[in-house]
Amino acid sequence: MNLDLRWPIGLMFGLFGVILTGYGLLSDRAIYTRSLGIDVNLWWGLVLIVFGALMLWFAIRAVGRRHHEREAAPPDSPPAQ
Amino acid sequence: MEHIHLGAIDYTILVVYFAFVLGIGWVLRRFVKSSDDFFLSGRSIPSWIAGLAFISANLGAQEVIGMGASGAKYGMMTSHFYWVGAIPAMVFVGIFMMPFYYGSRARSVPEYLKLRFDEKTRGFNAMTFAVMTVFSSGISMYALAKLLELILGWNFNTSVVLSAIIVLVYIFLGGLTSAIYNEVLQFFLIVAGFLPLVLLGLRDVGGWTGLKAKLAVVATNAGYASGAWSDSWKHLGSANANPMGVEWFGMIMGLGFVLSFGYWCTDFLVIQRAMAANSMTAARRTPLVAAFPKMLFPFLVILPGMIAIAVQTSHGGLLPVGADGTPNYNLAVPEMLAHYLPSGLLGLGLTALMASFMSGMAGNVTAFNTVWTYDIYQSYIRPGKSDTHYLRMGHAATVFGILLSVAAAYATTRFNNIMDMLQLVFAFVNAPLFATFLLGMFWRRTTGHGAFWGLLLGTAAAAIHHGLTLPHGDVAGIKGGFLGMVLHTYPSEMAQNFWTAIFAWTACFVLTIAISLATSRTKSDDDLTGLVYALTPRITDTHLPWYKRPAALGVVVLGLTLALNLIFW
Repeated sequence: MNLDLRWPIGLMFGLFGVILTGYGLLSDRAIYTRSLGIDVNLWWGLVLIVFGALMLWFAIRAVGRRHHEREAAPPDSPPAQ
Repeated sequence: MEHIHLGAIDYTILVVYFAFVLGIGWVLRRFVKSSDDFFLSGRSIPSWIAGLAFISANLGAQEVIGMGASGAKYGMMTSHFYWVGAIPAMVFVGIFMMPFYYGSRARSVPEYLKLRFDEKTRGFNAMTFAVMTVFSSGISMYALAKLLELILGWNFNTSVVLSAIIVLVYIFLGGLTSAIYNEVLQFFLIVAGFLPLVLLGLRDVGGWTGLKAKLAVVATNAGYASGAWSDSWKHLGSANANPMGVEWFGMIMGLGFVLSFGYWCTDFLVIQRAMAANSMTAARRTPLVAAFPKMLFPFLVILPGMIAIAVQTSHGGLLPVGADGTPNYNLAVPEMLAHYLPSGLLGLGLTALMASFMSGMAGNVTAFNTVWTYDIYQSYIRPGKSDTHYLRMGHAATVFGILLSVAAAYATTRFNNIMDMLQLVFAFVNAPLFATFLLGMFWRRTTGHGAFWGLLLGTAAAAIHHGLTLPHGDVAGIKGGFLGMVLHTYPSEMAQNFWTAIFAWTACFVLTIAISLATSRTKSDDDLTGLVYALTPRITDTHLPWYKRPAALGVVVLGLTLALNLIFW
């Protein structure tokens, strides 16, 4: 495969997670009356960080595995990304 | 409704998303070296990616908005569009049909028809499909721009131009791979954007039990049994007992068999995702992988509509009620977003809505440029050119496919009736298709003449049935009855649609058999190897662990779907 899709998924959701968590920590509590008093930005941000990290971890693991395979056979092209 | 106000944080999320979408196209551009790369991703996509793209391509904004609207209007019965109207067909196409689509090395569904039958059958399918995809993408572009105008106050032209440019750029750069990768991104985004909405809504109404109690009020107020909005099967005994106005036979045969198999098993838009898979097993697994999230999607897209109608005791729930007393069901999802999500998550929810729109549009555009280039341009206009020539044509087709979609979007703003009529004609064309494929793949005696005339007469049968019937309470015209007399009145438009499909399919099935028997075969058994079930060697996958075997996955998928039907019976 040319570009491991798990990189952009992990990066994008990780970034969304960081943005939402940060906003959740800084924002005025008053905006959360509509979400039943729950700071949903904070909590959902954390969920997205975990999801993004998981995807990145899969992607990193795959790079390691490809590296191993290449040690057996000579490299033909540099890995994408 | 009142305009939703977006904050800086919401725009940030939207911009980050656009940046990633375009970035993926940019990174992928250097992998597009041949027409195969551009139109078929060089058949290199693993099954989990192809599978998620398979459902995402189908998940346009109209689906998200429409399913929410149906959830409010019909309640839990809407789940039939998934559990009856999608999953069984997805299992069937993966296990039984994919060996011929993928194994024949056809590059498109019309090309399969050419290999199996003849030139005229391919030509008919390619032309109607190309026109249909352009108009569907135009209509969904129109729908999204209208929606953004209504809920955000955005300028209609800006929405159309912006979305067209973004989709154009990422497909132009990276071809099908780029469309597929972005569809997967969009799949996760739709889950991330809608799941918090559903969780908050459910918490607000007191969980499933609370929702059921509130929906019972909605149902009894509308004059139905108290469970009419929260049961999926109990009220299908007669068409008068449920808000859809459909009975079980029309539901199972019309939606579950004809329409669903006709779409999932023959529409190149979805099949193309599986054709891009990196092996036969991966191609067969594609619709099966897709079936797992698909069976859970009702909770993501239908529940918001059900919550919207139930959460407040007033008539129409959260939805604005029009002058004639009908709630505006199409606003179910936007109203829910505005009601529950604070700045931040609101941006994510709206981004998800736009993502769903783009995935739908990109699906249409990539299917269009492939069918145009391979099945029309290469077959009838300029055969025998170099691969670079067709790759260039693919790029050009992407540009004019999108320009035509934009034109269709503007045509819709001017002539709404013409669009309704076109969609009606598309429905007629689609209804009999599955009979042709079923006979083509499983009966070697089916001839090209049989397939072509069966298809054409099946389409005519759909038009005649529609022209002689009317939904209850409608006048003759676009809704039916245009042939001068009305032989039958259906309780609802949906019932009429289901029965139109049943008639068309039956006509096509019977006529294809009759005409095939009356005409002689033009293709020998050798020609049909790999295209017809009886003449194709069985695929053995016993070396794979059970959870990677298509048949075993199919059984698991069907078992889980059955369980969901029983739980929400």
